[in-house]
Amino acid sequence: MRATVFGLVMLVCLLAGLGPAFAGTAELVNALGQGDFKSREQAITALVVSGDATAVPVLDALEAGNLFLRKTDQHVFIGKADGDTLSLIDPATNQPAGTGQKFEFEKIKINNALRGIISNAKGGLTLFSADAATRRSAAATILKSGDAASLDALEKAIAAEKDAPTLALMIEAHAAALLNSQRPDAEKLSAIDALKKEGSRDSSALLVQLGSNAQEPIKSAALAAASSIENGLAAWSFAQNIWYGLSLGSVLLLAAIGLAITFGVMGIINMAHGELVMVGAYTAYVVQQTIAARFPGVQNEALLISIPGAFIVTGLLGMAIERCIIRFLYGRPLETLLATSGLSLILQQAIRSIFGPTNKEVSAPSWMSGAINITAGLSFTVNRITIMIFSVAIFAALMLLMKRSSLGLQMRSVTQNRPMARAMGIRAAWIDTLTFGLGSGIAGLAGVALTQIDNVSPNLGQNYIIDSFLVVVFGGVGNLWGTLAGALTLGIANKFLEPFAGAVLGKIIILVGVILFIQKKPRGLFALKGRWVET
Amino acid sequence: MTTRRGFLRSAAAFGATAAAMGLPQYAFADGETIKVGILHSLSGTMAISETTLKDVMLMLIEQQNAKGGLLGKKLEGVVVDPASNWPLFAEKARELISKDKCVATFGCWTSVSRKSVLPVYEELNSLLFYPVQYEGEESSKNVFYTGAAPNQQAIPAVDYLAAQGVKRWVLAGTDYVYPRTTNKILEAYLTDVLKVAKADIMINYTPFGHSDWQTIVSDVKKFGSAGKKTAVVSTINGDANVPFYKELGSQGVKATDIPVVAFSVGEEELAGIDKKPLVGHLAAWNYFMSVDNPTNAAFIKSWQTFIKNDKRVTNDPMEAHFIGFNMWVAAVTKAGTTDSDAVQDAIIGVTVPNLTGGYAAMLPNHHITKPVLIGEIQESGQFDIVWQTPGLVAGDEWSDYLPGSKDLISDWRKPLHCGNFNVKTAKCGGA
Repeated sequence: MRATVFGLVMLVCLLAGLGPAFAGTAELVNALGQGDFKSREQAITALVVSGDATAVPVLDALEAGNLFLRKTDQHVFIGKADGDTLSLIDPATNQPAGTGQKFEFEKIKINNALRGIISNAKGGLTLFSADAATRRSAAATILKSGDAASLDALEKAIAAEKDAPTLALMIEAHAAALLNSQRPDAEKLSAIDALKKEGSRDSSALLVQLGSNAQEPIKSAALAAASSIENGLAAWSFAQNIWYGLSLGSVLLLAAIGLAITFGVMGIINMAHGELVMVGAYTAYVVQQTIAARFPGVQNEALLISIPGAFIVTGLLGMAIERCIIRFLYGRPLETLLATSGLSLILQQAIRSIFGPTNKEVSAPSWMSGAINITAGLSFTVNRITIMIFSVAIFAALMLLMKRSSLGLQMRSVTQNRPMARAMGIRAAWIDTLTFGLGSGIAGLAGVALTQIDNVSPNLGQNYIIDSFLVVVFGGVGNLWGTLAGALTLGIANKFLEPFAGAVLGKIIILVGVILFIQKKPRGLFALKGRWVET
Repeated sequence: MTTRRGFLRSAAAFGATAAAMGLPQYAFADGETIKVGILHSLSGTMAISETTLKDVMLMLIEQQNAKGGLLGKKLEGVVVDPASNWPLFAEKARELISKDKCVATFGCWTSVSRKSVLPVYEELNSLLFYPVQYEGEESSKNVFYTGAAPNQQAIPAVDYLAAQGVKRWVLAGTDYVYPRTTNKILEAYLTDVLKVAKADIMINYTPFGHSDWQTIVSDVKKFGSAGKKTAVVSTINGDANVPFYKELGSQGVKATDIPVVAFSVGEEELAGIDKKPLVGHLAAWNYFMSVDNPTNAAFIKSWQTFIKNDKRVTNDPMEAHFIGFNMWVAAVTKAGTTDSDAVQDAIIGVTVPNLTGGYAAMLPNHHITKPVLIGEIQESGQFDIVWQTPGLVAGDEWSDYLPGSKDLISDWRKPLHCGNFNVKTAKCGGA
C-alpha cells in the first residue's frame, strides 16, 4: 500500500515540476472529509498521487487538526480558529475564502495510523524542497520507514545535493530504502554495511525486520549487523547510565545544597526546606504568568528572569522564618523540627489556597527542549544538561561566597566560635538571619530548575525533603564538598540499581545502604574534624 | 445529650455554611435534610484528580434541590478531606456515616482508598458510589461501581492496539493494587488470548509521584526497537504522569513510534502538561469531554456556570458521579426511603441517561453498562475519539482471564444475594 503511494509520488516528483493544478484536486480534498479512517487513508493516497503541489499545505493542515468540513455544502477548508469564528483558506488555490462560525464546521480527525502515513507522504513530497532542514527531515523519515519506492527519488536527490550533513543522511536513507527493494544482493550487502556504520537504534530495528523476512545471504548479514549495532549500543549504555546518574545527582545536589547551609552550617533541622523549594517553583510560575500577560515579547526568557526573582522571594521568606520562628529555638533541635514541620504544613496549605491544588504548568523555553545525540547510544536531553550546568554553577558560586567573600568569612566564624566572632564585632544574630536566608534562597533556585522536570504542585517539596536530608547526612554535615559527593554517589547508585531492581526496590536498597554506612561512619563521607564540631 | 447537642451544632454550622456559600434558600417545610457524603481528597498527591469530583457532586446536589429535592426533603452535601491518606479515608467514612448520618457517600479514587473504606461501609451497612475505573476482583453489597471494570477499559484498549498491529507490549504502572491486578489480567489476556510471547511483554512499576523517568523511558525505547511495533499500556496514577510524559517528549518518543495508552489520564490530568509532544498518545475511557451531543453540551455548560470558570474541563469520573447520583435518586424515589437495604433492592435495573448519548443501567453485580471510547490527545488538551464500541459493555468484575476468578459471578438480587458465587461449585464466597 505504502509502496504504491511512494512509487506514484516519486514518479510525479521525478518530473521535477509543479504540475498544473489538476481539475480534480478540489474533489480529492473534499473527499478527505467523507467516511471513516480507512476511506480517509485512501483519500490521502489519491491526493498525494495527484502530485499537486497544494497537497503539502493540505496535509500539513490535516496533521495539525486545522482541516475542516463545512456541513452545509460538504466542502473542505483549511481553517484558523479565532474564538468562535474560523478564517478559511481554500485548499485548491491557497487563497483566503472568507470566514465561518465554528458550529457550521466539523473538524476532520485523524488517528495515529493516518498520522504515520501523512508524515511518510510529506517525507516523499518534501525531498526536493528548497529548504535544507525540510530535506533533512524528509531523508530522516525515509531512513526510519525504509520505503523502497523512494529509491529513485533519493538517487536523484543525492546527485543534486550540495549540503554535506543532508547528503550523509540521504545516503543512509538510501541504504535503508534499498534493503526493502528488489535490487541485487550485492547492493543490499553494501547497504547493510552502511547501516551498520550508522549504528543507530532505528537502523538496528530495520535490520532485524529485514533479517526475519529475507533469504540467505541477506538474512545472516542483516542479523549479524543488527547484533553488532546492539553490542555497540550496549557498550554505550554504561556511559548513558553514568549520565543518568549524574543528572539525578545534580537534581539531588540542587535540592540539598540549601539544606547543607541551614542544617550543615547552622545546625538547624528545617523540615520546611522542601516547601521553600516549592515556593521557588511557584515564583517561577508567577513570573511566567506575569510576563505572558504584560511582556509577551520576552516569554522565552521567562525562566531565566525568574531565577533572581525566586532567589529574592525565598531568601526573604527564609529570613522572615528565621526571625520569627527559628531564633527562639536555637539549641533545641526537637522543637525546631516540630516547629518547622508545622511551618511546612502552613506553607503547603497557603499555596494550595492561593493557587489551588492542581498542578501548574511552567512551560520550557524553546532552547531547552529536545536532546543532543553524541553517538547513537549516548544522548543527553537538553533540559537535564541545563540543570546540571545550573547546579554546578550554584555550587561554585556558593563555594566562592563561603571561602572568598567577607560575608562567607563572617558566616564561618559565627558557626565556629560564636562568642569570639561577636567579640570581633560581627553581628551574629544578623549573620544567622542572612545564612538562613541564603540557604532558603538557594532552595528557591532549586525550585526554578525543578519546574522543568517535575510537577509544580503544593506537594513538590515533599518529594525532595527526605532525599535532601539523606544527601546532607550521607555526605557529611557541615561540608559542602561532602554534599556534592553524596548527591552524585546516590544519584549514580540509584540509576545503576534501577534497571535491575526496579524503581521502588532501588530506593529501598539505597536507603538501607545509607543506614548501614552511617553505622560505620556516623559523620558521613567527608566528616568535619576538630574540637568545635563536638559542641 | 452531648451527641444531640453536637449534632445540632454541626447541623447549624452546615446550615450557616450553606447560607454563606450562597446556596439558594429552599421552601422546604421542615428543617430535616437528607445528607450525602462526599469523600474525595482535596489535598495530597491525588488532589489533582479528586477535587473536581467534590465540585461536581455539589453541583449535582444543587441541581437536584432546584428540582424539589428528594422525597420532599432538601439534600445536603457533607464534604470531608481525607488528604490522599488511605487510613484517613476509613476514619472519615466512619465519621460521615456515624456522626453526620449520611445515607449514601460518593467518593474514593484510588483502589487502596476504596479497600480502606470497604470494611466500614459493610459494617455500618451504608452505601458507597465509586466513580473511578478499577481492577475488578471485588463486588460488595454496599458499593456501586460506576467506573469501568477491566473489561470496560483495559481489555478493549488492548484489543484496539492489537488491531493497530502492536506486537510488543510495555505494561507500566504505579506500585499499588490497581495497576498490579490490572497488569496480571492483561498479562494473562496477552499470553492466553492474543498469544503474545512472554519475551514480548515488559512490566515495570514505580512509586507514587516518581519523577525521574530517564532510565525507564530509555528502556522502553530499547524494548521498542526490536523491529516489532511496540505500545505502552500505562496504569500510572496521579501526578507521576506529568514527568513521564515530559520525558517521553524530551527523548523523542512520538505516538507514531511507540503509542502510550493510559487508563488514568484524562482531561483534568493533562491540564498541567505541555501537550504538543503528546499529540497522538491515547487514553481509554467511557466518556470524553469532546463527545458531541446535546446532553453533554448542556452538562458542560451547567458545570462551567456552576464553577464560574469556562476553562474547567469535564472527565469520565465526573460522568460516573452524574450517572451514580441520578441512579441513587431514582432508586430512593422508587423505594420511597433512603434505607440502605431498600435502595440496594430498588436500584438494580434502574436506567438513567449517560452523557455519551445513550443510557446506563445498574446491573445485579452493582456495575453499570458503559460504552468504551478510545481517544487521542490533541494539542488543546481534549481527546479526539478514534474508536468506540458499537454498543454498551456490561461491567464484569470477576475477570475471565484469571484462574481464581473466571468461575465467579456476582448477583446481589435475592435469592442469590452473593458477590462471589462460584458457578462450578455452586457455593457463595468461593473466591
